[in-house]
Amino acid sequence: MAAFLGLFRRDLSLALRQGGDTGLVLGFFVLAVVLFPFGVGPEPEMLQRIGAGVIWVAALLAALLSLDRLFEADYQDGELDLLALSSLPLELVVLAKCAAHWVATGLPLTLISPFLALLVDLDAGSIATLFTSLLVGTPALSLIGSVGAALSLGARRQGIVLSLLVLPLYIPPLIFGAGAVEASAAGSGARAYLLILCAVNLAALALCPWASAAALRQALE
Amino acid sequence: MINWLANPARFVRLSAKAVPWCGWTAAVVLAIGLFWSLFVAPPDYQQGDTVRIMYVHVPAAWMALSVYLFVAVASAVGLVWRHPLAEVAARAAAPIGAAFTFICLATGSLWGRPMWGAWWVWDARLTSVLILFFLYLGYIALVNAFDDHSRGGRAGAVLALVGVVNLPIIKFSVDWWNTLHQPASVMRVGGPRIDISMLAPLLIMALGFTLLFVVLLMLRMRTALNERRAMALRLNAGAAPAPRPGRERAVSAHTAVP
Repeated sequence: MAAFLGLFRRDLSLALRQGGDTGLVLGFFVLAVVLFPFGVGPEPEMLQRIGAGVIWVAALLAALLSLDRLFEADYQDGELDLLALSSLPLELVVLAKCAAHWVATGLPLTLISPFLALLVDLDAGSIATLFTSLLVGTPALSLIGSVGAALSLGARRQGIVLSLLVLPLYIPPLIFGAGAVEASAAGSGARAYLLILCAVNLAALALCPWASAAALRQALE
Repeated sequence: MINWLANPARFVRLSAKAVPWCGWTAAVVLAIGLFWSLFVAPPDYQQGDTVRIMYVHVPAAWMALSVYLFVAVASAVGLVWRHPLAEVAARAAAPIGAAFTFICLATGSLWGRPMWGAWWVWDARLTSVLILFFLYLGYIALVNAFDDHSRGGRAGAVLALVGVVNLPIIKFSVDWWNTLHQPASVMRVGGPRIDISMLAPLLIMALGFTLLFVVLLMLRMRTALNERRAMALRLNAGAAPAPRPGRERAVSAHTAVP
């Protein structure tokens, strides 16, 4: 437990001290959302209809951008070999890193989303549902992304390969997250969507550390 | 038998004999199946002759799913038992599976236009098969993304196993969601619901597609194994001791690695 918390704190302080990562992710998120009204026109009704989906897709892409930093630096300088040899199981190493990644990227994305929701003219109930859906969905994004990051360690063109691997797997959280906001806007209640999103989260929590650890072992062989 | 075939040289020898047999059988079965589907089988009472796209679309879909399962199983065998040919088989099968998935999506789109009025709808079955197509492409990209050949194979194996979760989603998508796509008519509890006059050519086409897959798989595996041998021979020749003077020019042309 102490080792897990120690690794979590280490990764979190690295992410926050190097500073750039959180700021860049937030900057990309804001810019991507801001681009859409320029592209599709500023009519409020249309922006309201597509707003939740736009914010979710932008959050997804922003999370994707920060993923290659998850294991790469430690892989390059040999820290990952030491972690693999330590008493902490590799699955828990992955979990600690994903938790730190979520606190450094997913959580800020979630916290800034209500302000972006104002840009696309969502009403208060939808904003609340959007916030909740992102809060529940972004941990799954970090976990699923860790599988892609571990698989593409040391690959040529790591960023592109990572995107190709991870984006199809990101589609279920996207469907249910954006669907939750649409359902709440339509008045039919977002509870079912949010519960399925929780289920996706729990499934990712159970399965992704094993897949990522297996991929890391392949990379370290 | 799987262990007996594990020797790559033996596999290359045996598949050299098997490929012509399987190839001609596949050609004959496909010819019979196509003739039967296009000319002998009855038109549908609702769809008329457009239903004949089914005889290509459905077997392609079955192959798309089965080949992914094959890739996943071969990956598991390669990871767990380190069977020498398992990785080769998985890498060889993936592009064939991607091609079948593309045929399924394209023929489905061509069928959807007259039937549903749309080239594409975002219903559960179509979306999950599209995700399967992207999983194939991601697998192919990943195994080719590493300079170290075996690292690519192992990484791809993990990805193939992660993506297996999509297969039950595709199969049961028409039951779990309200979809435009037709629900299961052949592989369902209670037996096939389709008339035998249509089921027979469908199964013959499925057999033909399977034989085609086996032939293409064997050809691709033989090519991959021969490539490996060629690479090994080139590396060995490059490491040969310096030749005697006078023969230098002829030998150096052969040992030049591109």
